[in-house]
Amino acid sequence: MFRIRFHGRGGQGMKTASRILGSAFFLEGYETQDAPRYGAERRGAPMFAYVRAAKTTIFERGIILRPDLVVVADESLLLLQSAGVLADLAEHSLLLISSSHSPEELQKKLGMVRPLLTLSMPVPKDIFTSHPPQSSACAAAAAQLLGLSLQSVRQALHMELSGLSDEKMAENEETANSAFLQMEPHRGRVGEQPETGSVSEDRPSWIILPFEDARISSPAIHGEATSLLMDTGSWRSLKPFIHKEQCSRCDLCHTYCPEGAISFDNDGYPCIDYKHCKGCLICLVQCPLHAIEAVQEDGSFHNNKQGDDQCDNS
Amino acid sequence: MRQLLTGNGAAAWGMRLAGAEYVPAFPITPQTEIIETISGWISSGELDARMVTMDSEHSMLTAAGTAAATGVRVFTATSSQGLLYAMEMLYTVAGWRAPFVLVNVSRALSSPITLEPDHNDVLAARDSGFLQIHCSTCQEVVDSLLLAYRLGEDERVRLPVIVNLDGYYLSFTREPVILPGEDVVSRFLPPYDPEETQFRAKDPLSQGVAVLGGSHYSYFRYETHYASQNGLSVFAEIGREFGDLTGRFYSLLEEYRTDDAEIVFFMIGSFATKAKEAVNRLRDAGQKVGLLRPRLLRPFPEHAIAAALRGVKGVAVVDQNISFGKGGILFAELASALYHIKERPLALVSFIGGLGGRDISNAEFYEMARVTAEAAQSGKIPPPRLLYTKEELARIQGLKAIASAGLHKEQ
Ligand code: SF4
Ligand code: SF4
Repeated sequence: MFRIRFHGRGGQGMKTASRILGSAFFLEGYETQDAPRYGAERRGAPMFAYVRAAKTTIFERGIILRPDLVVVADESLLLLQSAGVLADLAEHSLLLISSSHSPEELQKKLGMVRPLLTLSMPVPKDIFTSHPPQSSACAAAAAQLLGLSLQSVRQALHMELSGLSDEKMAENEETANSAFLQMEPHRGRVGEQPETGSVSEDRPSWIILPFEDARISSPAIHGEATSLLMDTGSWRSLKPFIHKEQCSRCDLCHTYCPEGAISFDNDGYPCIDYKHCKGCLICLVQCPLHAIEAVQEDGSFHNNKQGDDQCDNS
Repeated sequence: MRQLLTGNGAAAWGMRLAGAEYVPAFPITPQTEIIETISGWISSGELDARMVTMDSEHSMLTAAGTAAATGVRVFTATSSQGLLYAMEMLYTVAGWRAPFVLVNVSRALSSPITLEPDHNDVLAARDSGFLQIHCSTCQEVVDSLLLAYRLGEDERVRLPVIVNLDGYYLSFTREPVILPGEDVVSRFLPPYDPEETQFRAKDPLSQGVAVLGGSHYSYFRYETHYASQNGLSVFAEIGREFGDLTGRFYSLLEEYRTDDAEIVFFMIGSFATKAKEAVNRLRDAGQKVGLLRPRLLRPFPEHAIAAALRGVKGVAVVDQNISFGKGGILFAELASALYHIKERPLALVSFIGGLGGRDISNAEFYEMARVTAEAAQSGKIPPPRLLYTKEELARIQGLKAIASAGLHKEQ
């Protein structure tokens, strides 16, 4: 059986990627199972999707342990423990990471010795598209590594992206082609693994759950403003950047921000709390003067503020 | 033609193939995709049906029951808290004896709130009068929709039916599905003829009337019980007929490698396919293990179950639910079905697992088989066991330490 996991953020199209790959397998005569797992069900929040494919009926269900291939839509996910990219990897698990770095650079950056491949892809033309070409690229690259044909990938694209405009479809096909080509030197590198281990597998470490009284065992969180501890800034793949020189201090962005992440500096200019700005870009859409620009997130979301000087009252 | 469909997609297709004409709707994760799919078909003109979005699941079930009483074929769907919110009307409309189909996409109940499945939601409807069909694959979802209409509409039954599929594990999971052709459907499921039970403006009738004193009440309630029980033979009959038409036969029970089995897993829903995987591995290792999965939970096929377990030494009952203060619900149901059977299995061992969608690993299935075999051999039956590991306890303790940090600060 082949077991593939896709990791991405809500909105990056990894569910679609899993479906394209699932359909490509299916077209080549495999029994197939694909499914997404949403975390916070929000744009930008980490999510994953998985694909199983085999020549016989698939009885396994649910999350994939010991994946053969892990496709990562965005390298910043590797820095987020909650995204679980590195969870339950086996020795043979191969990582394919969408990144502009070379594999060696990325290994160095992440301090990782595990073998990995990187996939570079163009920045999408339309950042608000509901079918970002990342899905096609990630699926096509995975298909190449798994030894599937480009023809199946193209047919799968048409099945999964029906309803796209011709122009969008062409963009997706182009991205898929070039991703498929990029992985050519590694064609078939991910092989089929035998069925799950034998009954001599380690026994589960079951324990008898102890009784604890309601002060301890009720699902409550004590303390105030606990949601501030939730680093929703890590959900961002695009970052709103305010160009002060274009801003009229009209207040609209602040009014519409669903996270309350926009406050004002001493001069009345808006500034963004990047620890909690989740990158929904509602502010960008609302700004009447187009003073807000979306820039690619570079993974430095731990920095509290963009240009802290903009927010000198904090 | 085989195609990849999610469980939700399969449920929508089941509604479409069955020719349901009226769909009262209210969204809830993980059921929403069913409603979205149907409404997409209606707005594109592919499907001729009437969808009405309601203000709650309570109204939704009221609308479903009243529409069904007029003889229209009705479809609706919900999940989890939505099912609970509709519960008053579930009991009420079942008593009207007007058949329709309600899909429940299982999702564990609050509190704490979660999204993934277990069966406490659908089991809360166990005694409502709705029949219950439980699916373990997406193929079964679409087929069960057709079976459900035929079953509920049969004059020996005339009760609404719940078709249950697990959230995530089926609802969002695509797998190969064969859609029954129009020819099959038109032969298997002809248009519903409600005869004189139909409510029409020109033939006024009062439905669900008041009966005081208990005696008359007893009559109506026990008649409903009979109608539900009739569902067993009707299902067996139509499951065969469906098989003759499609090659996919549906009996009351799925018996997987039980023929010479000494140890049997007993469970419902999609996690049962995980058990099959474990059964295959255990069989590879020479162990006589099988799986028994009731498709119908109401009516409960107790005679069929007792017959299927003849000669079996031990049963590992895997309950993906918990009745607080009692334990696994399937365990109690199974025990009551076997009590008077002479050659009943020596050991029934109760396992609670998969609550809130917690995974059950292969290793855990192997261990359940081992513990059950040991119990059957020694005659010493272990107490019910929650599938829960040392590592899980450590993780929740870590989280609780964070969650109570504020508390300790004040002290
Ligand atoms: S992108 Fe803009 S609107 Fe959205 S959370 Fe960030 S600051 Fe607020
Ligand atoms: S909406 Fe635009 S112009 Fe108005 S305050 Fe925000 S950034 Fe400035």
